[in-house]
Amino acid sequence: MIKVTIDGVETEVEPGTTILNAARQIGGDLVPPAMCYYSKLKGSGGKCRTCLVKVAAGSAKDPRPMPKLVASCSTPVQDGMVVQNITSPEVLEARKGVVEFLLINHPLDCPICDQAGECHLQDLAFEHGSAKTRYEEERRTFDKIDIGSKIQLHMTRCILCYRCVFTANQITNERVHGILNRGDAAEIGTYIENVIENDFSGNVIDVCPVGALTDKTFRFKSRVWFVKPMYAHRNCDKCCGKTTVWMKGDEVFRVTGRKDQYGEVEDFICNDCRFEKKLASDWTVEGPAPIQRNSVQAQNKYLQGIKVDAPKNIGYGNISDR
Amino acid sequence: MARKLLLENINVPGIKSFDVYRAKGGYRSVEKALKTMSPDDVMEEVKKSGLRGRGGAGFPTGMKWSFLDRKSDKPRYLVCNADESEPGTFKDRFLMEYIPHLLIEGLIVSSYSLGSNTTYIYIRGEYRWIVDILEHAIAEAKHNGFLGKNILGSGYDLEIYVQPGGGAYICGEETALIESLEGKRGNPRMKPPFPAISGLYNCPTVVNNVETLATVVPIINMGGDEYAKIGVGRSTGTKLISACGHMNKPGVYEIELGLPVDEFLNSDEYCGGIRTGHTLKAVVPGGSSVPILPAELFYKTKEGVARLMSYESLSEGGFASGSMLGSGGFIAMDETTCIVRNLWNFTRFYHHESCGQCSPCREGTGWMEKVLHRLEHGHGSMSDIDLLVDIAKKIEGNTICPLGDAAAWPVASHIRHFREEFEYHVKFPEKVAHSPFAHSADYKRELNTVLQ
Ligand SMILES: Cc1cc2nc3c(=O)[nH]c(=O)nc-3n(C[C@H](O)[C@H](O)[C@H](O)COP(=O)(O)O)c2cc1C
Ligand code: SF4
Ligand code: SF4
Ligand code: FES
Repeated sequence: MIKVTIDGVETEVEPGTTILNAARQIGGDLVPPAMCYYSKLKGSGGKCRTCLVKVAAGSAKDPRPMPKLVASCSTPVQDGMVVQNITSPEVLEARKGVVEFLLINHPLDCPICDQAGECHLQDLAFEHGSAKTRYEEERRTFDKIDIGSKIQLHMTRCILCYRCVFTANQITNERVHGILNRGDAAEIGTYIENVIENDFSGNVIDVCPVGALTDKTFRFKSRVWFVKPMYAHRNCDKCCGKTTVWMKGDEVFRVTGRKDQYGEVEDFICNDCRFEKKLASDWTVEGPAPIQRNSVQAQNKYLQGIKVDAPKNIGYGNISDR
Repeated sequence: MARKLLLENINVPGIKSFDVYRAKGGYRSVEKALKTMSPDDVMEEVKKSGLRGRGGAGFPTGMKWSFLDRKSDKPRYLVCNADESEPGTFKDRFLMEYIPHLLIEGLIVSSYSLGSNTTYIYIRGEYRWIVDILEHAIAEAKHNGFLGKNILGSGYDLEIYVQPGGGAYICGEETALIESLEGKRGNPRMKPPFPAISGLYNCPTVVNNVETLATVVPIINMGGDEYAKIGVGRSTGTKLISACGHMNKPGVYEIELGLPVDEFLNSDEYCGGIRTGHTLKAVVPGGSSVPILPAELFYKTKEGVARLMSYESLSEGGFASGSMLGSGGFIAMDETTCIVRNLWNFTRFYHHESCGQCSPCREGTGWMEKVLHRLEHGHGSMSDIDLLVDIAKKIEGNTICPLGDAAAWPVASHIRHFREEFEYHVKFPEKVAHSPFAHSADYKRELNTVLQ
């Protein structure tokens, strides 16, 4: 085990652990935000630069600081490393910059966006952004492209985190979508207007941190805070069958994977469970799901007053995080 | 005349062909290395030579070679970086076009030293005609027993392949180059792992610039110690400089490192001075990404020391008052140059070429370009100037690969040294709106009038 100190808090981790994951072991406010890293996807991370931290001492052996800020999601911890996250003004300044960059081509149309209430960019902007932008130029727009009967792509909202690309690459067998073009002209798309159709394609919706990929079977049916997330399961021959169903009364509005406190699914689920099983009788409902930390719902202390008998260790994290 | 090592025979008629090249002493370094030296001996000579990579960063080549994972049982690769897309840089092209066998010879010796049996030349797609030249040279070398199986009876096998790129500047960055060579989108990889451990097809890989690899030939021929005697300090040997802009004799020149900048720009042997009737305003000494220097800081450092064409001297003063030798793309600008327009043009390039993986570069380069477009066309405001400096600061050092820095440095340095010209664009919008070139000479006079 090796020691690392993050914002003054010391912890011990396995060699090879990244700074971000070491911070997640500690939990709380010193966990850097992550828009592109996704622990369930191999090779993800490093792109959005929201998780930048300052390494004030490289290791016990070589206590020199690292010259540049580093991406905590892809930098392994060294024994005796000292890291500054929110205690470094330089980090906060850089992160403010990243938020400003990300919001250039992400419209603040939260009131009409289906991701409102579950959006990581909302939280990031709230915690690390500034209320004003200095950007005065024209923003980019896109024609809407239909990429299949169940998934809607709103390219204007995409922050090019590549998570959906990794997902399609790693858990579906026929990847037809990826990144086209370069720079700020880059876009998620299917090569020559294809459709995304395979048993696990719906997972791109779950991994998308913003409202760029949305579930057509749920779109505009309700705001998320009006539906109740319940842990549920069914026998499924394609996936684990363990999901969160979002209900209003007895009606199932949508089905998603179960997510942990960092908004990452525990298990990817199949399209049958996600899109086809929309009757309460399709599911064995276990009880209310915990509310994610990064969710406006958490602001309402949703869990208070509700008896939670969902499995204790799944998706909870620190109580203080909520 | 200064000593030439790479371009010594450039004017020999027919030097492009194997026979003439060989008759002029070509491929001697292959014979020497394969017959009398071990791969480690070759590396030792390269280390002794003090050769620094000619692709831009100037990292010591011998040291880079020594990082290659030799314990791995995977194949090892040498990749020659012939992407050459930095604006202002056109020296590799010259070498490959006019004396292709020099590169092939350097590749054989280097591949032998690194234990690579398959070596790639990744060449900028726009250099299509050079692909044919190189392939012809490779075929000739193979026909004469310098490539293929059991070269010169040494038991060493080597094949060299030429791979044209799709035409993206980012594919010159070594990890993006590797991705592209693997047939994927040319996005830079996260480091670590470094290519020396896991590069092409996850195998140990060295990526070197064309000129770097060609320089291995004279190093082996003359010995590393002899080579190291040329040049100055840690800038050893000779360097190709592609010189362009407002000078009398633009072209590709081989210089001994340590040549005074004054001599390089003004002597008839090299650039022949700023175009007649004009005066020097600024120089970008190492390709468009390195910081610009106003004439006074180009000739002399802030401390008043005369500058030399060397890695150390050009970077003297750090980014506050210095620049970099970079890839040797030397761009001179006379007093007719509009600095704002120049910067807009550079920034347009980096915006267009950003791969788009990381947010500061993807969004920041486009933003800077738009603000500069406004300033250049007379729609800017004073706060735009500070805004640009701040955007550049937020990009620099915060990106996956150095393209972000390459986009930020010109912005920071153009404004640092020529701020009043940016202010002029704000104060006299009518002057700049329709005549991008005519106004730059007036700006000092106009500004003074206003300030009085
Ligand atoms: C955006 C970018 C573009 C680059 N383009 C080139 C290039 O066109 N040619 C080149 O030799 N090196 C280029 N480089 C540098 C390479 O990454 C690498 O450092 C170099 O090829 C190493 O060769 P050397 O050690 O022989 O200098 C580029 C780097 C960056 C960041
Ligand atoms: S669509 Fe969503 S998941 Fe895919 S790259 Fe864009 S923001 Fe990321
Ligand atoms: S700095 Fe620019 S070019 Fe380099 S990886 Fe990031 S977006 Fe791509
Ligand atoms: S989460 Fe680390 S760079 Fe995106």
